Amino acid sequence: MQSVGMIILQRLGLGLVTLFVVSVIIFTAVNMLPGDFAQAILGQGATPEAVEAIRESIGLNKDPFTRYFEWLTAALQGDFGTSFAQVSFSEFAGSDTGKGGIGSVTDQLVPRFKNTLFLASVAAIISIPLSLVLGILAALYRNSAYDRVVNVSTLSAISSPDFFLAYILILALAVINPLFPAVSNVYDGLTFWERLNASMLPALTLTLAVTAQMMRMTRASIINLLASPYIEMARLKGLSPMRVIVKHALPNALAPIINVIALNLAFLITGVVVVEVVFVYPGIGQLFVDSVKIRDIPIVQACCLVFAATYILLNLTADIASILTNPRLRHPK
Amino acid sequence: MSEQELLLKVRDLEIEGRSDETWSPIINGASFDLHKGEVLGMIGESGAGKSTIGLASMGFTRDGCRISGGSVEFDGIDLVNADAATKRGLLGKRIAYVAQSAAASFNPAHRLMEQHIEGPVQHGVFSADESEEDGIELYRKLRLPDPENIGFRYPHQVSGGQLQRAMTAMAMACRPDLIIFDEPTTALDVTTQIEVLASIRDIVEQFNTAAIYITHDLAVVAQMADRIKVLLKGDEVEEADTRTMLSNPQEEYTKSLWAVRSFQRDQKPMAPASETPVVSLKNITAAYGDGTIKVLHDVSFDIHAGRTVAVVGESGSGKSTAARCMTGLLPPMEGTIEFDGVKLPADYRDRNKDQLRQAQMIYQMADTALNPRKTIGEIIGRPVEFYLGLTGTAKRKRVEELLDVLELEPKQYIDRLPSELSGGQKQRIGIGRALAAEPKFIICDEVTSALDQLVAEGILRTLAKLQDELGLAYMFITHDLATVRSIADEVVAMKEGRVVEAGPKDVMFKPPHHAYTDLLLSSVPEMDPDWLDQLLEERGVDNIGDAASSKI
Amino acid sequence: MSVLLWVIGIVAGLLAGGWAIRALGRAINLPSKDANIYFRDMPFLASVGLAVATFAIAVVIYFYFIAPTPFFVWAVNGFLFFAFCAFIFRLLGRNVGTEGSKKLFRQMPLTAAFGILVIIVYAITSIFAGAIAPYGQEIVFAKANLLPGGDPATGGDPAHLLGTDQIGRDILSRIIYGAQNTVGIAFITTCLAFLIGTSMGFLAAIKGGWVDQLTSRIVDALMAIPQLIFALLLMTIATAWAGSNGFLVTVYMVLIIAVLDSTRVYRLSRAVGLNIVVMDYIEAAKLRGETLSYLVFKEILPNAIAPLLAEFGLRFCFVFLTIASLSFLGIGIQPPLADWGTMVKDLAAFINFAQFSPLTAALPLMAAGAIALLTVGVNFVVDWMLQKTSGLKE
Repeated sequence: MQSVGMIILQRLGLGLVTLFVVSVIIFTAVNMLPGDFAQAILGQGATPEAVEAIRESIGLNKDPFTRYFEWLTAALQGDFGTSFAQVSFSEFAGSDTGKGGIGSVTDQLVPRFKNTLFLASVAAIISIPLSLVLGILAALYRNSAYDRVVNVSTLSAISSPDFFLAYILILALAVINPLFPAVSNVYDGLTFWERLNASMLPALTLTLAVTAQMMRMTRASIINLLASPYIEMARLKGLSPMRVIVKHALPNALAPIINVIALNLAFLITGVVVVEVVFVYPGIGQLFVDSVKIRDIPIVQACCLVFAATYILLNLTADIASILTNPRLRHPK
Repeated sequence: MSEQELLLKVRDLEIEGRSDETWSPIINGASFDLHKGEVLGMIGESGAGKSTIGLASMGFTRDGCRISGGSVEFDGIDLVNADAATKRGLLGKRIAYVAQSAAASFNPAHRLMEQHIEGPVQHGVFSADESEEDGIELYRKLRLPDPENIGFRYPHQVSGGQLQRAMTAMAMACRPDLIIFDEPTTALDVTTQIEVLASIRDIVEQFNTAAIYITHDLAVVAQMADRIKVLLKGDEVEEADTRTMLSNPQEEYTKSLWAVRSFQRDQKPMAPASETPVVSLKNITAAYGDGTIKVLHDVSFDIHAGRTVAVVGESGSGKSTAARCMTGLLPPMEGTIEFDGVKLPADYRDRNKDQLRQAQMIYQMADTALNPRKTIGEIIGRPVEFYLGLTGTAKRKRVEELLDVLELEPKQYIDRLPSELSGGQKQRIGIGRALAAEPKFIICDEVTSALDQLVAEGILRTLAKLQDELGLAYMFITHDLATVRSIADEVVAMKEGRVVEAGPKDVMFKPPHHAYTDLLLSSVPEMDPDWLDQLLEERGVDNIGDAASSKI
Repeated sequence: MSVLLWVIGIVAGLLAGGWAIRALGRAINLPSKDANIYFRDMPFLASVGLAVATFAIAVVIYFYFIAPTPFFVWAVNGFLFFAFCAFIFRLLGRNVGTEGSKKLFRQMPLTAAFGILVIIVYAITSIFAGAIAPYGQEIVFAKANLLPGGDPATGGDPAHLLGTDQIGRDILSRIIYGAQNTVGIAFITTCLAFLIGTSMGFLAAIKGGWVDQLTSRIVDALMAIPQLIFALLLMTIATAWAGSNGFLVTVYMVLIIAVLDSTRVYRLSRAVGLNIVVMDYIEAAKLRGETLSYLVFKEILPNAIAPLLAEFGLRFCFVFLTIASLSFLGIGIQPPLADWGTMVKDLAAFINFAQFSPLTAALPLMAAGAIALLTVGVNFVVDWMLQKTSGLKE
C-alpha cells in the first residue's frame, strides 16, 4: 500500500496535468474562430493594413505552438494579454500593446475576481452551516414529515433556474419590501456593511440554490453512513444517541461532508454567471458574459481559465481531504 | 441447566416489517425461555427471522420493523414497553451483541481498544484503565495473537477471524448476562471458523454467560448449544435440547434438515490409466494483470467421463482461477489444456463453436447468472438455438424437455422471469442452460453454497442423476466438504495456487494426509455434539485454525 | 440590530414552545397508547420541530387571511390548485386504465402524480402550440406595451389577455410557442446527448482496454471545465461562425450542449455497463461465442433501461436549464423564435411595477415559472423512479 504522501503528490500532479490539458483545450477552441483574431477584432470593414498591424502586434504570424506557449508563460506570470474592447485602432497602428497598461486583461480581471470571491464567500458562509444542519436533521428524522417537506422543497429549488429564484427574491425583498437593493452597485470605497448590503440579494439567490443541493447530498451521505453495521453496533452497546452521532458517525462523515462542500463550491462557480448578470453585480461572471457577447477573446480565454482552475482546485481539495480522512490510508497495515 | 434462574422470557413475539407502505408479519409468535448460563441455538434458513428474533430479545428492532405483539422480559424488565433510557442502560451492559460481519461492525475510525472500553466506561462498570487491562486479559483468553498490542490496531489492520474474536471480547467487556451471537462464523473460512468457535464456547462457559447462538449451520449449532430451536419462515417448528433434537427430531421439516447430510452417492472406481480424460490440465501456471502476481503454479489434474472431480480449498486457493483457465477466460502463461486428448486454444475467442459447446459452466450465484430481463424459455432456448440450430416449435419442445428433466413443470415456468423463481429453481435453470448445449463436461462453481441445505441436496441429486444418464464429467469447485462427501469421485486439494494432494475420495477422507488436507478436512464441523471436544482433545488448542495453518 | 433581536426572540420562543409541547404531551394522558409512547420518547429536537411547524402555519395563515399581499395569495392559491389537480389526476389514474397502470397509481406519491400531469400538459401544449395559441409567435401588433389583464381601463386589451411586449407581439401566444421551442429544442438536444453518450459508454464498458482509457480521458478533460462556462466559450466561437444567421446559432447551440452533456451520460452508461458486464450471464454469453451486437442489444441494454430512463429525466432538466440560462444571457435560442429564457430577460424590467400593477410584474415570473414548473415536474417523477428502484434492491 502506498503512503498517503505519495498518493497526495500523485493527485496534485494529476491536477496540474488536468489544468494543462484544459489550457490547451481553451486555446485550441479559441483558435477555431473563423479568420483570425485580427478579423474578429476589426470586423468585416477593416482595411488590410490595420488587420496586418494587429496580426503583427499579437504575434499571429507565428505558428500555433509558439503562440500557445507564449500565451501560457505570460498567463502563468499573471499577464493575460490585452482586452480588445480597451484598445483603439490608432494604438495598434503604431505603439506596442502596453503590457499591464490600461487595456490589460489582468487589470480588469483582478478586481472583479475579488468581487466574485466576496459574493461566493458570503453565499458559502450562509449556506454551508445551514445545509449541513438541515441535511443531517433530515437524515436523522428520515421519512418524517420534516424530511418529506425538505425533499419536496429542495427538489423544487434545484429544479428552478437561478434567475427564477433571483426574481422572486427581488420581488419579495427589493420591490414589495425594499430591504435590499435590486441592483448590486459594488465599487471600491464601500464599507464592509455597505458592500454586504449591496451583495445580499445575489448572495441569497446563490445560497438558495446551493443549500438545496448541499442538503440533499448531506442527507444522502449521512443516511448511507447511519445504515452501516458499526452504527447499529454502537446503538446496541447502549450508547446515547448523541454519542453515537458524535463519536461514531461524525469521524466517518467527515470525508463525505467535505466532498459535498467542495463539489457545491464548485457548483457556485457556475452559478455566479447567471446571478451576477441578473443583479448587474460587477464580478467575473458578468465580465465573462459581456466579453462573450462582444467576442473579446483574451478576456474570454482568461475568464475560462480562471473558472476552470478554481473548479479543478476545489475538486482536488475534495479528493485530498477524503484521502486524509480515510483511516485505512492514514494507518496502513 | 434449568436449575439456574430464568433470565429471558419471550412469549408470543410478533414482529412486522414494512414494505410498500404496508406492514406485513415477519415473525408469527415465538416463545422461549433462557436461563442463566444456558446457550440456545436458533437455526433456520435465510429469511426464517432468526436475526430479527435475536435483536428483539434485546428490545431492538431495525428500521422498518416493529414489535406488534407478545412480550420480551429480561430479568423481570419488560423490554417491549420499556422507555429508551432503560433499554440503553441494559444494552451493552447486561445484554451484548456479536454481529455477523465483524469487519463492518467495528468503526473504521477508532482503534479496537477504544471501542472495547467504550461500553464499560459509558455504563460505569469499569474505569478506562481497568477495562483496558481486562480487555488484554480477554484477548489472551480468546487466544488472539499479541494480546498486549493488538488492541491498539485499527480494524482494517486485523484479520477477519481475529476481529470476530475481538468483537466477542468487546461483548464480554461489561460481563453481560446474555450475549446474542448472530452468525459469528458464517463469513469465515472453515479452518478459521473452528478456532473462533472453540474460543467463543470456552469464554461463554468460563463466565457462565447465557447466549443465543444464531446460525444456519446445523453442525455448528450442535457444538455450541445446550438447546436448539428450529424456525421456518417466521414460524416456530420445534425446540428441544441438543442431543434429543439431533437423535429424535419430531417435525417433518426438522427431519428433512437432518436428512440432508445423509445423501451420499456411491463412489465410482478410478478410470483406467489408459483412458483419455475428457479434460486434462497440464502444468498450468497463470497470473492476473501484468503477470507479476501468479495465482496458479504448475497445476495438473485430469477429469474423466462420468466422474466428478471436487476441487477443494479455502478462498484464494486458486480453485476458481483454474476454472477460468479451462474456460479460456484467463489464458494461462504456461501449460496446456487438452479436451479429449486435443489441445484447446488458450483464449476462448479462438475456440470454435463446438469446443465452446462441449464445456459448460454453472455458477454460484443464480441471481447474477441469469439475465433478469429474459424469460426462462429464452434463457434455456438461446443455447438450443445457437448451438443446435433449432427454432420455433422444435426449440420450444426441446426447452420443455429440459425443464421436465429438471423437475420443473414446463407450462408453468417457461414464460416466467428469473425473479419469479426461488433460489433452487433458479439454480435448476442454470443447469438447464448448461445442459441445453449438450456438453460433455460441466464446471460447477460452488453451485450449492448460496442455497439452503435442503434445496442444495435436491440440486446435488439432480446433478448426480444427470451424470448417470448422460455420462457427464463434472468439475466441482467447493469449499464445503459435506458436498464433496456426497457427490465426488475424486478430490483435488489446493492451497495458494498449488495442488497439495489429489486422489480418490475414500483415500482422501482417510488419514494420513498432507498436513493441510488434514487440517482442512478435520476442521469441517460434524453433527455430533461431541465432535469439537474430541477434536480439541485430539489436536490440542494450538493445532487448529490460523495457528495450525501458519505452521504448514 | 432590531432584526437581530427579533431573530433571537423567535428562536428562543420556538425552543420554549418545543419544550412546552413535549412537557404537555407527557403530562396529558392521551387516549392512544402509541401516542403516549411517542411523547414519552420524543427527542427535544423533534418537539422543537413541532413548534416550528406550528409557527410556520400561523405565519401562512396571517399573510393569507389577515394581511394578504397579492403575490403571496397567488402563490398559496397556485400551490393548492396544483396539489388539487395532482390529487384528481391520481384519483383518475387509480380508477381508469389497465390493472397495471392502476397499481402504479396506487403506489404513487402525490408529487410524482403532479410531475406526470405537468409532463403531459407540456407535451400537449408544445405539440399543439399552433392550434392553442391565439396568434402566431412572430406577428407584430400595432399596440405595443399593452398591460396584462385584458381590461382597457388599466391599459389592457381583451384581445391580448397577457398584453403585448415592447414591439407589440402577443405575450400569451409567445409563452405558448415558447413551450414548443424551448421544450422541443431541449428534448432534441438530450436525445442527441444520449445517443452519443450511451453508445460511447457501452463501448468503453465492453471493450475495456485502450478504448476505455482513451474515451474516459477525453471525457475527464471535457468535464474539467464547468459546463456552462465551456458552453459560453464555445458559443462565442459558434456565433462568430454563424454570423447573423440566428437559426444556425441555435443549431450550433444544440450540438455544443449535446456534446458537453454527453460526457455525463457517458459516465453513467459506462458505470451501468460495467456493472452488467461483470455479471455471470454476460460471461456465459461470451463463452457461448455470442457476437458483440448480441451482447449489447440482447443482454446489456434491457438491463440498463431503468437507470438510463431516470438519467434521461435528469439530463433533460439540466439541458433545459442550460439552454434557458444561455437564452437568458442572450446567447441561446435566437429571435424571432419565442423562448422562455429570452422572454424573462426582455420582460425583467416589469418586475418593478409590482406595487402598481402586480399582474404586470408577474409576467417575467410567469415565463421563468414555466421553466421551473417543467423541471420540477420531471424531477419529481425521476425522484420517485429512483426511490422505487432503490427500494426494490433492499
